[in-house]
Amino acid sequence: MSEVEDSLSAPHRLAYTYKRSLGPVLGQFFTGLRDGRILGVRRADGTVMVPPKEYDPDTGEAIDEMVELADTGEVVSWAWVHEPRPSQPLDQAFAYALIRLDGADTPLLHAVDAGDESSMQTGMRVRARWSDEPVGAITDIACFEPVA
Amino acid sequence: MSEEKEPVEVLRTPVELDYTYSAGVSASRFLRAVEQGKLLGQRCPVDGRVYFPSRGSCPQHGVPIEGEPVELSDRGTIVTFSVNRVPSENIDLELPYAAIQVLLDGADTTLFHVLGECSIDDVRMGMRVEAVWRPRDEWTISMQNIRYFKPSGEPDAPFESYQEHI
Amino acid sequence: MRDVAVVAFTQSPSVRCEANRNETEILIPVIHEIKQQTGLATEDIGFICSGSSDYLAGQSFAFVAGLDAIGAWPPVSESHVEMDGAWALYEAWVKLQIEDADVALVYGFGKPSMGDLPRTMALQLDPYSVMPLWPDAVSMAALQARSCLEAGVISEREMAQVAVRDRANALNNPFAQVKGEFDVDALLAEPMLVSPLRKHDCSPISDGACAMVIAAGDRARELCERPAWIRGFEHILEPQDLGVRDLTRSRSTEIAAEKAGAHSDKIDVAEVYAPFTHQSILLERALGLGDAAVVNPSGGALAANPLMAAGLTRVGEASRRVWEGQADRAVAHATSGPCLQQNLVVVLEGN
Repeated sequence: MSEVEDSLSAPHRLAYTYKRSLGPVLGQFFTGLRDGRILGVRRADGTVMVPPKEYDPDTGEAIDEMVELADTGEVVSWAWVHEPRPSQPLDQAFAYALIRLDGADTPLLHAVDAGDESSMQTGMRVRARWSDEPVGAITDIACFEPVA
Repeated sequence: MSEEKEPVEVLRTPVELDYTYSAGVSASRFLRAVEQGKLLGQRCPVDGRVYFPSRGSCPQHGVPIEGEPVELSDRGTIVTFSVNRVPSENIDLELPYAAIQVLLDGADTTLFHVLGECSIDDVRMGMRVEAVWRPRDEWTISMQNIRYFKPSGEPDAPFESYQEHI
Repeated sequence: MRDVAVVAFTQSPSVRCEANRNETEILIPVIHEIKQQTGLATEDIGFICSGSSDYLAGQSFAFVAGLDAIGAWPPVSESHVEMDGAWALYEAWVKLQIEDADVALVYGFGKPSMGDLPRTMALQLDPYSVMPLWPDAVSMAALQARSCLEAGVISEREMAQVAVRDRANALNNPFAQVKGEFDVDALLAEPMLVSPLRKHDCSPISDGACAMVIAAGDRARELCERPAWIRGFEHILEPQDLGVRDLTRSRSTEIAAEKAGAHSDKIDVAEVYAPFTHQSILLERALGLGDAAVVNPSGGALAANPLMAAGLTRVGEASRRVWEGQADRAVAHATSGPCLQQNLVVVLEGN
């Protein structure tokens, strides 16, 4: 058997753009984001979920009653990212956080630009920082920032 | 007030993922040989069939292939073909040209390539062909070192000699 | 229910990066070894099922290349799941239950070192409102860990104890990647990776493959002196959205364990697929393990996490303890999705 040489290797970039139809419920959510409004959906038990879904996760029942929420809320849990990866919402250290918006019952996952880990705390109040060029995407909220 | 905007109906999500591919032991040996103008196959230890390109295992018997590679001729027989009238940026032949499956002499699996220096009216199953290599100073670690195959002028191979490879 | 047992298992050593071998070449010796061990030829195997991920491989239908390791001519009865091999085992087990086959080969393989794994894992998230934020797998797990810590259901010390236990157990596992004697206080003095997770809280990135043979009834007894009989097998799924789940427990594991009958008698050995230390604590609770149960004698996923094979490896490692007589009753667990979204439980018995 001949001796094993090092394998040849080459860089490979897989790049493509998914194009997804939104349907009525998510369509309203993303239209709202583009227009600077956050919409949740009311579930059968009266609680409000954001991001909205077309179906109640407990019962599977179709739901479509949209509810406008504040762009402020409270951090429920967070993870401090020391070194952001490409495409993540911020270039400097930040927190991914579960944020319960005022008027919602379930938290939304997004980023918090707090500058320093010591500024983060569960229960802290945050407000959305909106993108200057909204397109109808979750990134129309650039991130959340602490409310003094 | 700005006029009413259209509702958002479609979400576009760009995805970019970077990988480092390793060709693996077997394909690396194959590609390094191609860089030197050699075509390597591998012999199945169970029934002696020669696989081209070499790939580390016999896909029929599911056994590792660890023996010495087999060097193959750059001549062979067209076992099937199609006529292509659609331009491709990777193929510098004039349209129309024939895309061919070539059974290299000494191999038991066929190779996909293109046929040059031949009218599409003349291409046929059983036609004998030989590789036309690019100039040596253009060789890279790629099967593109063979620019195309061309008719070798030998008499056609009998159908029985390649029928199980169609 | 038809008597079906795990009768053989092989795996490759888990390594951070298989620089020279491609996915198929990692798999070839693993498949060859299990055929040698059992004496089975391809034609003796009634069904073949594999688990792998195209996103890890960076190409569509990447699993087809894996078939080169099997030998698929004449054509074989084959299937594939875009999941851990443990779910391929489930499909194979169903195939044996409906008497479509008596012997099945199951395998899983992955080479995550080719890409940036924590980033690639973002593609398993909700593609509308979560994935475009590119939360990496470690950040997602950290959100869950903080929820658990602040709810007071676990402590950082308990998390470090899991890492110490699993890495020490891995000293006996020649296939493991991260092993050794560690000290809880020393680990707790380490810096945060993604707060509140430290490096020891996270499984390594591993390239690797594994293979398993299951067989029914007398075929199982022919192939193995003491088969590990599958007495219960369930997998249960929670919603994808972290916001609507209780992150401080694993409800789906509780239900799967209950339905698989894990609680009906004592468990001697448990192999738990926990990619993060806090998840191991949640899972051990959800499985209802008693104090007598030996958890992760192989070192678990914190010692080696060959993605797409690590769940199936838990079943293989638990089965080994049954074959060797160290356990009369063992439970194996596998997980998939963010923060323990989907969980699978297998109960194995020697008698």
